[in-house]
Amino acid sequence: MTEFLFVAAILVLITLTLSLARVLRGPAKVDRMMAAQLLGTGGIAILLLAAGSGLKAAADVALTLALLSALAAVAFVKSGERLATRTKNDKQP
Amino acid sequence: MSTVLDLLTIVFVSVGVFFFVAGTVGLLRFPDTLTRLHALTKADNLGLGLIVIGLLPRVDSPQDALKLILVWALVLVASSNSSQLIARKVRREES
Amino acid sequence: MNTDLIFCMGLALLILGVAVFVVGSREPFPAVVGFVIFGLLVSIAWMCLSAPDVALTEAAIGGGVTGALLLVATARLGDSSKKGQKTKTPMGFHGLVILLCVAVSAGLIAVVLTFPEPAPTLALVALEPLESTGVKNPVTAVLLAYRALDTLLETVVVLLAMAGVWSLAKDSDWSKTPLFGYSPEPGGPLVLLAKVLIPVGVIFGIYMVWTGSDHPGGKFQGAAILAAMGILGLVAGVTSVPAVTNAKLRWLLVLGPAVFLVVGLMGFLSVGYFLAWPPGLSKAVIVLIEVALTPSLALMLGLLVAGPPRQLPTSNS
Repeated sequence: MTEFLFVAAILVLITLTLSLARVLRGPAKVDRMMAAQLLGTGGIAILLLAAGSGLKAAADVALTLALLSALAAVAFVKSGERLATRTKNDKQP
Repeated sequence: MSTVLDLLTIVFVSVGVFFFVAGTVGLLRFPDTLTRLHALTKADNLGLGLIVIGLLPRVDSPQDALKLILVWALVLVASSNSSQLIARKVRREES
Repeated sequence: MNTDLIFCMGLALLILGVAVFVVGSREPFPAVVGFVIFGLLVSIAWMCLSAPDVALTEAAIGGGVTGALLLVATARLGDSSKKGQKTKTPMGFHGLVILLCVAVSAGLIAVVLTFPEPAPTLALVALEPLESTGVKNPVTAVLLAYRALDTLLETVVVLLAMAGVWSLAKDSDWSKTPLFGYSPEPGGPLVLLAKVLIPVGVIFGIYMVWTGSDHPGGKFQGAAILAAMGILGLVAGVTSVPAVTNAKLRWLLVLGPAVFLVVGLMGFLSVGYFLAWPPGLSKAVIVLIEVALTPSLALMLGLLVAGPPRQLPTSNS
């Protein structure tokens, strides 16, 4: 059974390798970021498969990645915008 | 009984991996950004969910099962929201 | 050959490929995305090497904190690079760096390949006094019992780095808040994301610190997760960065290293030397230090990403 789970992990790893092609090609920044998201989800899948085959700590790492993969995407989306500005009437601290 | 559970694990994990492959194929082959985003969020999260369901028979304690489901729930929330944000950004840049 | 070995080897090759991509990329943005992916893959690789504590740190810092920092930085730099000004590095410089990297890699490979069987390790020696430290996680024992001095210095180094970032501010801007915040769109998906993820993340971060005594985890991983949640709140616009002149902020920043230092100095009184934990109280002391360090480290990491105080640009609308 653990053999099977590791084979599944290898298959997911292969799909992740293929998705790197999207990071390479682009063409837009968004495409690369989406590929990074895919890699994040795939990494979580691999870690959960590892947790299922005995490595308990992998579940915590997967949980960490689940919390943080959103952060990268959010930082990317928002970083193109203007930072919060104030009008001339607002007081500075 | 345990062979039935093992069979369940094998079936669900296999279908989950298949959906992962499908999502990546979509990411590589679909013609434009929004369609790729669609393939990405739907197929990958479904694949992850199926893998989680497949792994549930193998957990040692309820806490571990809860952790697995929590990971999936967080990934769902995170990717559904971030796909909305990414799609809006693409829309803004197109206009 | 075992399947897990095949997996780990495949992962190692993938990591190499991504590294080559990051270094060879011509534009900054693909390199940053590649770097975030690199951190993710390396954190899985640490699991291959049975090092869950390091994997947690790599995931939290590389995936979260550094990823956000680099993405925001590239976005800001992207505008300024359009102004022209490309400095050319001399050709010899590239060659020298390549030579140095190859030499270090070759040296490491040579050392690892010539290890005697079984490879020399201090792991067994480290496990012997584990009982007396009171914690069950050997990594925590190493960090906060055997080598507490290194951890103390490392905390102070992070504080100094943050002070270095603050020092980039202009004198006139000192009382302003660091410029890291975007306008929130109330009801939008980002605010929803923040409202769901941040509480879960904070609880998980605290759990990481708590469970670090006996299981993989610890104060640094917990602090990194808390910092990442803070950054998420900043980007979503649900929180704002406190000003550097805020006294409460400064006290919180100093709390961790100060507690660590005071407890270490008390070691002179109880046992006889710096950073000695009294027998029997060892676990209590370690937990106290971890609890004090967590908010300080989280704030330090978050403020490092938030950046120096800057004058907010006034909008002309």
